[in-house]
Amino acid sequence: MKKSAISDPFEKARLEQGVSEIDDQKDPVKMVLGLKDVRKCAHNWKTYQSGAAPGRIVVPSEVHIRDTRQIPFEVDPPEHKSYRDLVEPWFKRPLQDEYKILLKQQIDALVDDVLARPSVEVVEEFALTLQSRALTLLLNTPYEESDVWIDWGTHVFRSEDSDLDADKANILYDYIDQQIDNAIASPTDDLYSMLLSSEVNGKKLTKEEVKGVMILTFAGGRDTVINAVTNTIAYLAEHPEALRHLQDNPDMTGKAVEELVRYFSPLTHMGRVATEDTQVCEHAVKADSRISLCWASANRDERVFEKPNEIMLDRKVNPHVAFGFSHHNCLGATHARQILSTLLVSLASKVGSIDIHQYHEKIEDWQQFQRKVGYDSIHVTFHANNK
Amino acid sequence: MAKVTFVTPDQESITVEADSGSVMELAVNNNIQGIDGDCGGVCSCATCHVHVAAGDVTKVGEASEIEQDMLELDDNANEFSRLCCQIEVTEAIDGVVLTVAG
Repeated sequence: MKKSAISDPFEKARLEQGVSEIDDQKDPVKMVLGLKDVRKCAHNWKTYQSGAAPGRIVVPSEVHIRDTRQIPFEVDPPEHKSYRDLVEPWFKRPLQDEYKILLKQQIDALVDDVLARPSVEVVEEFALTLQSRALTLLLNTPYEESDVWIDWGTHVFRSEDSDLDADKANILYDYIDQQIDNAIASPTDDLYSMLLSSEVNGKKLTKEEVKGVMILTFAGGRDTVINAVTNTIAYLAEHPEALRHLQDNPDMTGKAVEELVRYFSPLTHMGRVATEDTQVCEHAVKADSRISLCWASANRDERVFEKPNEIMLDRKVNPHVAFGFSHHNCLGATHARQILSTLLVSLASKVGSIDIHQYHEKIEDWQQFQRKVGYDSIHVTFHANNK
Repeated sequence: MAKVTFVTPDQESITVEADSGSVMELAVNNNIQGIDGDCGGVCSCATCHVHVAAGDVTKVGEASEIEQDMLELDDNANEFSRLCCQIEVTEAIDGVVLTVAG
């Protein structure tokens, strides 16, 4: 198997049962594995709620390390819509020309930088840097702030010892508290200030609500973007012909981005809490128990995708759920898509080939499922494009 | 060249034309309100949902199974629903009227 390949550990369970149960801190999760079932459950917010105890729909659960409700992510309709409508225009800013130009400048500069170096560790020195710098655009905060986030390392929540590290989480929460206080004292045109001056249903957002949006923005777009960027580099290292194909066919970039996120599925799954006794794929689901919507499995569903385990960069019909589905689809998707398409264009223009040296895969342990989601580290050399 | 009329959520009627590409691209290029096309046209995001005028259904054709599966879970879907990223601009659809589902 190629070094960049990401296998599908869910195939057998998806075909034979459609669901599979795992434990998570004694709060079991029934993973829903087929694309159609995942979409149906995601759409059915009345039976499968997001507005449970803060942190409970995340797998592994964050109920023991977080009291703040992430907004709009952990709010159900109809309240969800008011929050979503408030933040949606801000998170669509990556479509604006000025944003695109700044993002391109950031990414081009980073690619030039790694081309000039003999060897680069992609996760820390490329993906984390790229993600942190791009986040300054999304938040509309000074570029220099990215140095603080880069210093946090690759994980906001996870340390090498534990999946759920309360000390690391507190670094983020304390930082956000401080930034909110700063924005109250002297408002700017950043996301904190926009939220603090906003109303939902005739009421100003509270500090706690602003914090809920900011935690979501930081946490939701960190590991996911870092893994997507790192996996893209690994893929292109083993498929230099794709770089030339993208260079010659820039119109293909959008389809390529969708196919890469389908294949990588940077977020394996997301939970919901059942509000009533119900069933999925003829398996009973008890009220107040958890299911998860397994985007990674759904995106390899052989009943929908032709050659699901192959990357076909020009895949025309690609109904993937890598950004979720229905009301709670990824708020940061516009930003993520812009990052990946800008990255592909920059690499196709500037990079001729990439050599992979030593690497260490990041494997998520979901008991009966071991899923590669990216790399803990991967050392490469970038070579310039002479074409 | 095909002319396509979009009726926006504000009840504005806008007629635009093209000779290739998808109807979603035509809408996005002309800033038609309510057509986002987030996924770029691969039938993943359902942000290009339109209702085809009753008299134009034959011209536009039927949704594929994958498209129907997406529409099935859209709260505004009805028998005239299509995701317009899956409709190609050809002479065959000249004159159709599409109401943005919003």
